[in-house]
Amino acid sequence: MSQPQPIGSPLVHIAGVEKYFQRGAEKIHVLAELNLAVAPGEFLALMGPSGSGKSTLLNLIGGLDRPTKGTVTVAGERIDQLSDRQLADWRARHIGFVFQLYNLMPVLNAERNVELPLLLTHLNAAQRAQHVAAALALVGLSHRAKHFPRTLSGGEQQRVGIARGIVTDPTLLLCDEPTGDLDRKAGDEILDLLCALNREHGKTIVMVTHDPHASARASRTVHLFKGQITNEAVK
Amino acid sequence: MKFAHLIWGNLTRKKLRTTLTLLSILVAFVLYGILCAVKQALIGGVELAGADRLVVRHKVSIIQLLPESYQARMEKIPGVAAVAHQTWFGGVYQDPKNFFMQSPVVPEDFMPMFPEFLLPPDQLKAWQQTRTGAIVGRNTADRFKWKLGDKIPIMSPIWGQRNWEFDLVGIYDGAKKGTDTTPMFFRFDFFNESRSERARGYVGWYAIRVKDPAAAAEVAKRVDAEFENSPAETRTEPEGAFVQGFANQMGNIALIVASILAAVFFTILLVTGSTMSQAVRERIGELGVLKAIGFTNGQLLGFVLAESCLLALLGGGLGLGLAWLFAARGDPTGGMLPLFHLSTGDLVTGVAIALALGLLTGIFPALTAMRLRVADALRRM
Amino acid sequence: MSGLLNWLSQVAAITKFGLLSIPQRRGSVAATICGTAGVVAVFIGVLSIATGFRRVMASSGAPDAAIVLRSGADSEMVSGFGRDETRLIADAPGLARNARGPLVSAELFVIINLPKRSTGTDANVPLRGVEGAAAEVREQLKIVSGRMFEPGKNEVIVGVGAAREFAGLDAGAVVKVGRESWPVVGIFTASGGLAESEMWTDAKVLQAAYQRGDSFQSVYARLASPGAFQQFKDALTSNPRLSVKVERVSDYYAGQSTMLASLITGLGVLIAALMAVGAVFGALNTMYSAVAARTREIATLRALGFGSGAVVLALMLESLALALGGGAIGAGAAYAVFNNFTAATMNWQSFSQVTFAFAVTPTLLVQGVIWATLIGLIGGLLPAIRAARLPIASALREL
Repeated sequence: MSQPQPIGSPLVHIAGVEKYFQRGAEKIHVLAELNLAVAPGEFLALMGPSGSGKSTLLNLIGGLDRPTKGTVTVAGERIDQLSDRQLADWRARHIGFVFQLYNLMPVLNAERNVELPLLLTHLNAAQRAQHVAAALALVGLSHRAKHFPRTLSGGEQQRVGIARGIVTDPTLLLCDEPTGDLDRKAGDEILDLLCALNREHGKTIVMVTHDPHASARASRTVHLFKGQITNEAVK
Repeated sequence: MKFAHLIWGNLTRKKLRTTLTLLSILVAFVLYGILCAVKQALIGGVELAGADRLVVRHKVSIIQLLPESYQARMEKIPGVAAVAHQTWFGGVYQDPKNFFMQSPVVPEDFMPMFPEFLLPPDQLKAWQQTRTGAIVGRNTADRFKWKLGDKIPIMSPIWGQRNWEFDLVGIYDGAKKGTDTTPMFFRFDFFNESRSERARGYVGWYAIRVKDPAAAAEVAKRVDAEFENSPAETRTEPEGAFVQGFANQMGNIALIVASILAAVFFTILLVTGSTMSQAVRERIGELGVLKAIGFTNGQLLGFVLAESCLLALLGGGLGLGLAWLFAARGDPTGGMLPLFHLSTGDLVTGVAIALALGLLTGIFPALTAMRLRVADALRRM
Repeated sequence: MSGLLNWLSQVAAITKFGLLSIPQRRGSVAATICGTAGVVAVFIGVLSIATGFRRVMASSGAPDAAIVLRSGADSEMVSGFGRDETRLIADAPGLARNARGPLVSAELFVIINLPKRSTGTDANVPLRGVEGAAAEVREQLKIVSGRMFEPGKNEVIVGVGAAREFAGLDAGAVVKVGRESWPVVGIFTASGGLAESEMWTDAKVLQAAYQRGDSFQSVYARLASPGAFQQFKDALTSNPRLSVKVERVSDYYAGQSTMLASLITGLGVLIAALMAVGAVFGALNTMYSAVAARTREIATLRALGFGSGAVVLALMLESLALALGGGAIGAGAAYAVFNNFTAATMNWQSFSQVTFAFAVTPTLLVQGVIWATLIGLIGGLLPAIRAARLPIASALREL
């Protein structure tokens, strides 16, 4: 299977990756002999039906899971061989996550939620506050900083989620169905925000979605089916 | 502590549940404090006993009297620094319910022997000048609102079955927290001459101060050897052992208290433990997010443990505080437990127990949180 | 009628759902059960001490037994009589008699140090000198092994309680008191009474051993009938040559047990009450989480037409069932561990040891179950009300 490689050295390089789960005697293949490269500054959409392996692929890129076979290299580092502890540190430095259900801490207000990843850095309270303010301004939620998640709309919650994802200025922003739980208008606003982050701030984004409307906004789309890449389209 | 608001936020997430758990921990520690105070009241004298003092009593039983003449013989025994005697007076002030101990003593021997009784020098002087003079501890003086100069009538069924009248010339305080300031002491010379001729010259028991506490056991042996084969043989033991033996006569109080507390804390452990695991189960998804963001297993373990320890220390601290306030008001039975108080040692142990409770109730949920696989946890959000 | 039946079947259905969901909530359910069991066990355990102690004291006097002490004396320890006084007492009217004369026993009461078997530390064991009629004055006395002491000899018989608790009091052993040796010739019971904690010997022998001349400390007397007490008492108190106090033996011992028994009872109730408060918090937690876990289920039932009263009652029943289960476990454990557990403690009035067995009585068991019921009711009420008040529409959507 030949794939057109993006120009320049890839930020994410996945080579010969296999992933299967053992369920009793049965081996369940999720990913099979998968190769993929993501260039710096790309906005990649991973599409596919449920069970196609797109979330697993995202987890592998984000260092939440390890492949059964093959290599995952991100920013020049082989992350498939890191220990749990090393992976945790690595995620803190390189990855920002955005989830379908926002996954905000209900006990923390917006700004405390955004601050969470900064707690893992050596920044002092004043520096953290500065970064938080900048991130919230970027997502247009400065006025909601003191609000708790339950008092925010879904779109607002997701914007807090994005602010949390970018506040550490990660190498890579990974989004798992970021518009999946939102109505069209709010979803569009989120996609606008992601596009802006990609174009204006040079963020590399990998987004899992099953919504063609969302993938249309990405710079490249990769389709997965039964754990394999079936085709891809560059815009 | 930059994680403080996260821990606090989790603790206050379900305010009702946290409050209920906090209250049940609080109750356990109030109980702990009260039981410790009761235990202290019953057997606390052991800790306060003088390490350099021996008690000499009649071998057959403490109710048998010893000759007063033994004092001079004891003073000559090598290793003995000082000797003082006491006698059970067993008097009644107005009503048998108003129980407190009274004993005739020789002030010049007695006061140096028991430095834990603090008597102002002028009052000691007054006592030495007043044959019918008596001194009483602060506790009893306050209880009956006695003041210096009062005449105290005490009815004695043992000594002549009549009313004795004493002049209150001194009120002493305890040198340590827990010193028993209920007894009343009066002069032996007055007592000796006033009782029936047949009983004169006998005393209840002796206290001996030894020169070297390390040699106390040998001195005790020498004392008993001195009076062997006499009509009144003696039994000599360190004051601590004597007090302990006396406490043992009431039964194994320490064991009973420990068993009750074990039942209480086992119960609380279960209640708090189940609350903590429930609290962790409910937010597995959130814990997964924290892991995804890059929080380490150790940090998650720390969060859950910090939460359970905070809960236990808060409940424990408040409970101990309440118990301390209760104990500070003194004997709740009005005379039966004069030494009722919460000792610093018991307070410190209480805090340690609270911490242990926190760690123990938190550790299993914390391990659960730590072992979560991120990808699974995120699905359970 | 059919309405009631329908309502009851609603309650039964909801209760059944609740009980079926217990395995999923086993942690908090176990906590509630153990919590209640702990309260009940501690309550029964502590109070069984007081009950056992009181029982010994209460078994110590038949209604027709009286004790005479010197007036002003609270106990035999501080009482005293000469021979002429005890003669006057024996001559008083109202006493039961046999062929040898009135059933009275002038007695001496001393204590000796003997080590407790359990701790090895000295304890004040009572040694009583009695006269020939003593066994008839206390008709419950029964020699269970060996024989009665022989008058005039240095011999003792020992109560079963004393023989059990103190070292060196087995039949055939020799007790050394001062320079005297006292062989133990028999062991006796006194239907659970205080005498079982004592050692007995001939009063004359004890007088000699303690250089007491011909003096005594108390007189025990058997009355012609329980009703003869007043006559006996009046005769003695009005006699100008005597200054005495006359009491029924049962009253005398009851008075001695009051302080300790009420101290233990007070402490036991205090402990149980505090623990119960803690257990109620635990039960509330469990039931609130039960309600939270079943919010949608309850809302669905309500939407189907189940009444809110049925929901409340069903949750109360569930809470009650858990608490009663715990209570039964606690009561059973307390009975197994504490009933007939033997111990000895100090009777401060006589300054001597009383041996007794913890008594877990049916009354105590019932009281324990009442505590459990209260815990269950209080712990279930508030959560049940919350469940009944759930807004159905929004609760249905809850996950």
